[in-house]
This record gives sequence, C-alpha cells and structure tokens, in this order.
Amino acid sequence: MSFLSYLVSGISLGSIYALIALGYTMVYGIAKMLNFAHGDVIMVGAYAIYTICITWGLPPLVGVLGSIVICAVLGVVIEKVAYKPLRKASSLAVLITAIGVSYLLQNAALLIFKSDTKSFTSVVNIPSLDLFDNQLHIQGETIATIVVSVIIMIALNLFINKTKPGRAMLAVSEDKGAAQLMGINVNSTISLTFLIGSALAAVAGALLCSSYPALSPTTGAMPGIKAFTAAVFGGIGSIPGAMIGGVLLGVIENLSKGYISTQFSDAIVFGVLIIILLFKPTGLLGKKINEKV
Amino acid sequence: MQKEKRQLKAATKSNIITYAMLIAAFIIVSIICATNDKMYQFKGMLVPLCIYSIMAVSLNLVVGILGDLSLGHAGFMCIGAYVGAFFSVLLKDNIPLDWLRFVISLVLGGVTAGIFGFLIGIPVLRLRGDYLAIVTLAFGEIIKNIVNLLYVGVDGSGLHVSIKSASDLNLAEDGTVIVKGALGITGTPNDSNFTVGFVLLLITVFVSLNLINSRTGRAVKSIRDNRIAAETVGISVTRYKLIVFMISAFFAGIAGVLYSHNISSLNTSIFGYNTSILVLVYVVLGGIGSTRGSIIAAVILYALPEMLRDLRDYRMLIYAVVLILLMIVNNNEKFNLFKEKISITRFIQNRRNGMKGAKS
Repeated sequence: MSFLSYLVSGISLGSIYALIALGYTMVYGIAKMLNFAHGDVIMVGAYAIYTICITWGLPPLVGVLGSIVICAVLGVVIEKVAYKPLRKASSLAVLITAIGVSYLLQNAALLIFKSDTKSFTSVVNIPSLDLFDNQLHIQGETIATIVVSVIIMIALNLFINKTKPGRAMLAVSEDKGAAQLMGINVNSTISLTFLIGSALAAVAGALLCSSYPALSPTTGAMPGIKAFTAAVFGGIGSIPGAMIGGVLLGVIENLSKGYISTQFSDAIVFGVLIIILLFKPTGLLGKKINEKV
Repeated sequence: MQKEKRQLKAATKSNIITYAMLIAAFIIVSIICATNDKMYQFKGMLVPLCIYSIMAVSLNLVVGILGDLSLGHAGFMCIGAYVGAFFSVLLKDNIPLDWLRFVISLVLGGVTAGIFGFLIGIPVLRLRGDYLAIVTLAFGEIIKNIVNLLYVGVDGSGLHVSIKSASDLNLAEDGTVIVKGALGITGTPNDSNFTVGFVLLLITVFVSLNLINSRTGRAVKSIRDNRIAAETVGISVTRYKLIVFMISAFFAGIAGVLYSHNISSLNTSIFGYNTSILVLVYVVLGGIGSTRGSIIAAVILYALPEMLRDLRDYRMLIYAVVLILLMIVNNNEKFNLFKEKISITRFIQNRRNGMKGAKS
C-alpha cells in the first residue's frame, strides 16, 4: 500500500512540475529562450494569494483568481520590458537577462515580505480520502492537484490544437517569418504565450504552497529548476513532453524519497535525467535535430 | 607576410595589456593595504576577488572558447574545495611546512576536479546547446547533494567513508571525523592570502591565454565556429572538448582550494547553481571569449554589491536592475552604432588608414 501512496503523491507533485514545465516549454518553443525567471513567477503568485487570503481575509477562490491575473500581467510585462528588446540578441544575453529578472523578483519579494518563512494556509477545501480500509490515505490537496492539472492539460491541448490563437502559437514556434507572412501577429502571440505560461505558474504556485505550506522569496527556485529539468526531460519545446516529463520526474522523486533516501532524492532525479539524455539526447519527445552541412 | 606579423602582434599586445593590468592592480592594492591599517572590508574582499576571477577565466574557456554553455562550474569548485581542505586537515600535523602542504592540496584539489571534468565531458559530447546546459547543471547539483551527505573519518586503520552518518563510519577510539556531512569541514588552516590568490590568478591567466593562442586553442575555436567543418579537416572534436573541460575544471578546483583555505568552516551552501550562474554572468558581461573582460567583470560585479552594502536590502535589487539594463543597452543597435562612432581606437585606426591611403 505504501507504494500506491508514494505513487499518488508523486503524481501530484509531478503534476505541479508539469504545470510549471509547460510554461518553460511553451516559451522555449516560441521565443527560443530559457526563461529562468519562470520559477520566481510561482513565488510571486503564492505571495499574491497569501496577501489576498491571509492579510486581507478574502475567500481562497478570490485569492487564486487574483493571483492568476497578477502573474499573467507580470509575465506579459516582463516579456515586453526585458525580453522583447533582446529578440535579436544572442541566446546567452537573453539568458543573463532572465537571470537578472529572477534576481529582481526574488529581491523585490524579500523587500516587501521580508525573509522569514510565511506559513501558507491551503486554498483547497476538500476532505481527504481513505481507501482500502484506511490503508491508503490521500490528502485533499493531492486530489485537487491531480484533478486541476488534468483539466488544465486537456484544456491547453484543446486550445493549442483547435483554436485560432493556439494554432498561431504553433505556427510561430515552427517558423516565425513564415507565420508573419501568413498574417499572424507575432508580437501578440508571444505575449499570449507568456500570459498563459505565467497564469499556469500562478496555479502551480497555489497548488504547491497548499501541499507544502512554507513560503519564502526563494520558494520558486528549486521547483523552477526541477520543472526546467522536467521540460528538458520530455524534450524542450514539446507540450506533451513537458506533461510526461513533469509527472515522471515527480514520481521518480517521490519513489526515491520513499525507498532509497530522502536526502538523495535530488541526486537521483538529476542522475536519471543524465542517463535519459545519454540515450535520447533531445529528451523523450524532443524533435531530432538534423544538422545540415 | 608583413600582415601576418601585425596580426600576431595584436594578440601579443592584448596579452601584454592583460598582464600589465593585473600587475598594476596588484601593486596598487598592495600599496593601499600596506599604508592603511583599517579597511577591513576592502581587505576581506581581495581573496574572494581572486577566487571569482579564476572561476570566470576558467569558465570562459568552456563558454567563450569552446562555445558550450556550462551551468555546473561551482560543482568543480566544490570538489576542489573539499579535496583540498580534507588533505590540509588530515596532514595538518604531519607536514610542518605550510606552503608545501598548501601546494600539495592545490595540486590534489585541481587534479581531482580535472578528473571530474573529464568524466562530465564524456556525456557532454553527445549533447548540444540547452541539453548540455541542463546536464552540467544536473552534475553540479548531484555533486553538491552527495558532498552534503558525505562523512569521512580517519583512524589507525585508514580512511572510513559513509554517506549516512558519522556513527556509521565505525571509527576506532583514536579516530577523528574530518568531513561531517552537512556541517562540512572545519578547522582548515588559513593558508591563503592576497599574494597567493594573485599568483594563482596569474597562473590561470597565463595558461588560459597561452591555450587560446596555441595550436590547440585554434582547433578549439574552429570547433566552436563550425563543428562539422572542423571535423572534416581532421580535428578530433572529442579530444579537444575533453581537454578544454579538464583544464577548466582543474582551475575551478584550484579556486575551490583557495576558497576553502580562506574560510574557517566549509559547507556546500555556496556551491549550488546560483554560484555557477553568477560566474556565467561575469563571463557574459565581460565579453564572451575575452579573458581580460572576464576578470574586469568579475571584479566589478563582485565588488558592486559589497560597495552598495550601505543600501542594505536594496543592493541586490539594484544589482538586478543594473544587470538587465546592461544587457538591454549592450544589445541595442542604436547604442552600438553610437559606441562605434565615439570609440577612440576606431578613431585612431581611421586616421592611420587615412594617412596610409594618402601615402600610397
């Protein structure tokens, strides 16, 4: 039974990674940049909920919606101010700018909310579930995380494959120039990508801090890096890849915590990543790059 | 023939400027230190400045010369720091000569880090771009994670290693635990000072500049510019990539040994990806591929937050804003045109060319 319980909580953690990884992979697909500040958007989202629900005492739903709006706006603003001027610059320059944005968000949060860890109250109000004669105990947060993530992933897939703006995103990630010639507004498509990615980060932040209720300015850093790993794991730029990569990473992390060692879980997660990349150098679902001479 | 001579001269000239800059900085700083008794903050910054300059120069070899993005440079520093500190603590009483012990621990730390650089270089050869970046990041985190749980003790029968706890070492009564897991290593002798750090930096710069301008360096640069073309003319990509990774890791290890001999208690907290990224920022802002630029950027960017200490909480915020603005302004087309217009070297060159044109 303990295996099942590790598995379920692993899937829950993995779903959060997958939500964050989606933001990484969508931005990478379209803007060809590693958005290192993405992890810190999660932290901003979590602080937004904390302020709305705990400081102002409003209901959790308002907090989550408010946090989604704040993060979405923040994502678009970051893109317009920091990344847009660098669209033609080298990828390293953009990477350093993203690191700068990450420092900026962390230190702004440090100034406003101070460095002490805030205890976050869960936004989920679902009773926990006991199965198999109380042998398997599943927390309400775990159920909510899995359900919400599945809904979001289905909705996102439908959005990208069936609607016009979604297909415009696919077209821009395929070939920016050709997409522009077909009448697609590249700038607004890129903004839309950042908007969706950051909104997903806000949801991930709410779910993450509900399951692991400790909030500090560096809360987003480690999940951000893990989700980045998950995105690469699944093949960066591939949306189904990010979902699979995220869930797999969460499951591996939790199983290794349960059966091998809690402290070694990070090393094991990264070790598995390296082994996978040795055999599939562009991730699980990544496109094979053919080099032309 | 004449033209070729001029080009060679340009590389040498640039190297001479770099050495002159370093030595002048050393002399000025030494004079300041000798004449002022106070300025503790300034003096405390000198060794870290050397450490981060060595890190930046060595990372520049991978990022600037080889053209591969590495996010795990702090991992090599970690290996060097632990190996060096372990050796120094182990043989504190056995080797009476301080300098000899420090030199041996430098060599040991550097070589061990170099071996790890070789090991990490092997999988790296299969990967490109961002996949490579994430693997180096992963390696750095794995190293940090494992070292953080490592217990090493010594007694009459030899070394004992455990990754669980100090009691698992099964030490004899006379044994001592040297590496104490998350607590790290304490009591490392303070063998480093500014002169030592400066000499090590000078050695790093010397090796790096000579490598860049050597046959090997040209081969490496050709791989960076066009891997396939380099392969077709018979350059072994595997070999040169491994060489660069090893040398870079070796010097990161040296920086690590210097670091561990500068602080009283060593733990893994600074060896995360944040430090790797910090060093990468130095290399990119200094101008990718430029050894001199890496050092200047490392010195300015390390000193900047320290100088802004009076501003307390705002200093890292300012640092972040400066970083973003620098990148945006540096990549602005209009600004670059303006920069070229006002550039002095360009002005002199134009005049020289104009005079030549008049003669002929």
